[in-house]
Amino acid sequence: MNDLIYLVPLFPLIGFLINGLFRKPLSKSAISVIGSGVILLSFIVSIILFFDIKEHGGTIVNYYNFINVEGFKIPFAFQIDQLSIIFLLIITGVGFLIHLYSTSYMHEESTDHFGRYFSYLNLFVFSMLLLVMGANYVIMFIGWEGVGLCSYLLIGYWFKNDSYNYAAKKAFVMNRIGDVGFLLAIFWILKDFGTANYTEVFAKASTLPVSDATAITLLLFVGAVGKSAQIPLYTWLPDAMAGPTPVSALIHAATMVTAGIYMIARSNVLYSLSHISQDVVAIIGLATAVLAATIALYQNDIKKVLAYSTVSQLGFMFLALGVGAYTTGVFHVMTHAFFKALLFLGAGSVIHAMGGEQDITKMGGLSKKLPVTSWTFIIGVLAISGFPFTSGFISKDEILMATYAYSPLLFWFAVFAAILTAIYMFRLMMLVFFGGFRGTHEQAHHLHESPSALLIPLIVLAVLSLIGGFIQLPEVYGGHDFLNQFLAPVVPAVTHEGAGVATKDYYMLGGTIVGLIIIFAATRKFFAVSQFEGRYTGFKKILADKWYIDELYDTIIVKPLNSLAGFLKSVVEKSGIDAVVNGTGRFVNYSSRQIRLLQSGQVGNYILFMVLSITVLFLVFWNQEIIVQFLQKIF
Amino acid sequence: MSIDEILFWFLSALALFSAIMVLLSKNPVHSVLWLIVVFFAISGHYLLLNAQFLAIVNIIVYAGAIMVLFLFVIMLINLNTETERQQNIWMKFFGVISGGLLLWIFISASRSAYDVANKTAMLKEGDVGLIQNLGKVLFNEYALPFEISSILFLSAMVGAVVIGKKD
Amino acid sequence: MPIQYYIALASCLFCIGVVGVLTRRNAIIIFMCIELMLNAANLLLVAFSKMEYATAIANKTNLTAGTDAQLFVFFIMVVAAAEVSVGLAIIVMMYRNIHSVDVNFLNRLKH
Repeated sequence: MNDLIYLVPLFPLIGFLINGLFRKPLSKSAISVIGSGVILLSFIVSIILFFDIKEHGGTIVNYYNFINVEGFKIPFAFQIDQLSIIFLLIITGVGFLIHLYSTSYMHEESTDHFGRYFSYLNLFVFSMLLLVMGANYVIMFIGWEGVGLCSYLLIGYWFKNDSYNYAAKKAFVMNRIGDVGFLLAIFWILKDFGTANYTEVFAKASTLPVSDATAITLLLFVGAVGKSAQIPLYTWLPDAMAGPTPVSALIHAATMVTAGIYMIARSNVLYSLSHISQDVVAIIGLATAVLAATIALYQNDIKKVLAYSTVSQLGFMFLALGVGAYTTGVFHVMTHAFFKALLFLGAGSVIHAMGGEQDITKMGGLSKKLPVTSWTFIIGVLAISGFPFTSGFISKDEILMATYAYSPLLFWFAVFAAILTAIYMFRLMMLVFFGGFRGTHEQAHHLHESPSALLIPLIVLAVLSLIGGFIQLPEVYGGHDFLNQFLAPVVPAVTHEGAGVATKDYYMLGGTIVGLIIIFAATRKFFAVSQFEGRYTGFKKILADKWYIDELYDTIIVKPLNSLAGFLKSVVEKSGIDAVVNGTGRFVNYSSRQIRLLQSGQVGNYILFMVLSITVLFLVFWNQEIIVQFLQKIF
Repeated sequence: MSIDEILFWFLSALALFSAIMVLLSKNPVHSVLWLIVVFFAISGHYLLLNAQFLAIVNIIVYAGAIMVLFLFVIMLINLNTETERQQNIWMKFFGVISGGLLLWIFISASRSAYDVANKTAMLKEGDVGLIQNLGKVLFNEYALPFEISSILFLSAMVGAVVIGKKD
Repeated sequence: MPIQYYIALASCLFCIGVVGVLTRRNAIIIFMCIELMLNAANLLLVAFSKMEYATAIANKTNLTAGTDAQLFVFFIMVVAAAEVSVGLAIIVMMYRNIHSVDVNFLNRLKH
């Protein structure tokens, strides 16, 4: 099995190279086949590895010594264990479906750009695989940087538009801020342990003083905050919707943003040592969940609603990690990948049908014309709202249970965020698919169901959203604790203790059903309408305008930095450095002009200088020792 | 003060005075004449040092031939009155300063020089300057440079004739 | 006479010659000052030859010491004669071309 491991990242890398270098001669279908085929191959290898790990457990494969200096060694090694195989399956599986979707969605691009798109997408999958397969923090960091780069490239895919480029830059810079924290954490780990390999670090972790563990974990969390869009570094994610919809689905819903979760789940040993960090993670996660949910309530762009929903769900995942339920966080990653990718791809299908329109105030009643899209989308909405026995219900319930065991106060806030989630998702569903059509006449004509390449991934993901949760069905309902037990060697399992567990589960089930019925009725009344202005006043406007956080960042950070850069450019660069460089040239010119006047052509002058020189030479020669001593004293 | 010393100082003063008059004369012919006086004074010094051969040769070659040549050229270009434009006063100033500096350095160097600390130049005695002794050394050891100097003269003559041709 | 006096005298004559070369603008006068410098050197050489003779006498060594310097003076005179002839020929040429013996006219070297 060890021989197969390197194939998993190798296939996407080959796809990247072929599509990138040869995109002009290849045809679109060839590019699609290569781009999607390599991900399928990686998925197949991942399945083989999964069965192998189920029997034999994890393994570490060492390839070569990446950094080999006196003091520490960083090998280029892959560690495939239960945690990474789950992520591998998610990445390659959902990734393959999205590649398939993209072959049809991006069909109108020219071959050149089509190939560019697929090469970037393959590069992204490669980096993400590197991230989850690395055996030490440095390899993870390489993948981390790689996915940040691909996110930038793909958000700015339609580079002719300036605002898209700005959004891409914003994403990259905010990621970078997080990366500083991550790097500092790596340095600290190297200083404390002398190595960055997971096995060695976690073995020696108990010897660490609490302050060091707190510092390292907080710094790692800073990295996660940047990558996974938590407070305060989340504003790039809604702007990142400027990229093509499949990109939003893959990167900003299913995979890249979950890199932070992976990192913290991997480092659970370190986090268990420091209660302060766990508290910080939980509270920031919860705050983000609530804040993003409030903003999503009043957004009018279909992708922005989904973006804020992603931020909110990521907050839930961090909440799970923070309260110690690491496996639950990973479980929610998996289910979220299913239904969020489904929702994004469905949104893409809707946008395609509406001819590029993304404003939901202009949609409505689409369920009649787009049956498959609307049914899969509705399944996705049910999953994310926690409709009983969908995958989202099971994972969200686990999170809520774990939070309740940790702190009842946080529990009620989490419930509030879950209710808001249901409200805004139902609002979205009603506004888009029910009620009367609010768009223009041509858009009504253009409405048609999408081609099968777009629909097949939707159907597959809808099925997974429905049944994917059953691998971790709580025992109360008759399931086996499969995922928890599977991950147990790497990530401590969540335990359900006590007799009160069953009661709580039933309360949750009942509460969910009642809540969802109320929300359904309310949103149907308010939003399944034919006229929807979409303009808000007062408090609603604050929410619709995202609590003005973007404007805050702009004034505090962006504008001062821009003016500083402008200052440096005009004053320091132009007057300072340029003046020095040009001034040197001008000075040389001037002095050469002056010295040229020595050549007067007058013989008398020349003889004068000769005599003076002889005088000086004589003096120097005569007083050699004195001059040498003097010079030595100076220098 | 013995007669030697008086003679030495007199000849030195004469030489220096005449040299300065060479510089300061407006008329070039006067400069030539003053230079001839300098040569005579120097020949006097040679005689004082008993370098008889050199004294005579100095008079014959320098005062007799070279200065006459100078006079010929001055006559040829008809340079009897001074038509020299006034030179830049700064150049004169700097020239004098440089000369003075050079003199100062020479004197101070020689004062602290080790090898000449207590030596004297013997006056009026010694066979060194006698023509027999000089001739013996010249034709024994320095015969080759002697012959080569004749070639030097030949080339100088050829050169002078070639340069001076009017064509 | 202590040798210092001769050194001083020769240096004075030499420096007067230097000042003359730097100060005067007539080419012929400059040439004459060069001759003056040569003579100063000659004088010093002869004085040194006698000095060597004096030390040789004092140490009772070689009785014909010091002839080398006087022969050197002889050769200097030889060279001076040759040089004067060639130099004056050049000055005559210069006069024929520009009808003046002012050295400042020679700044055509600059172009």
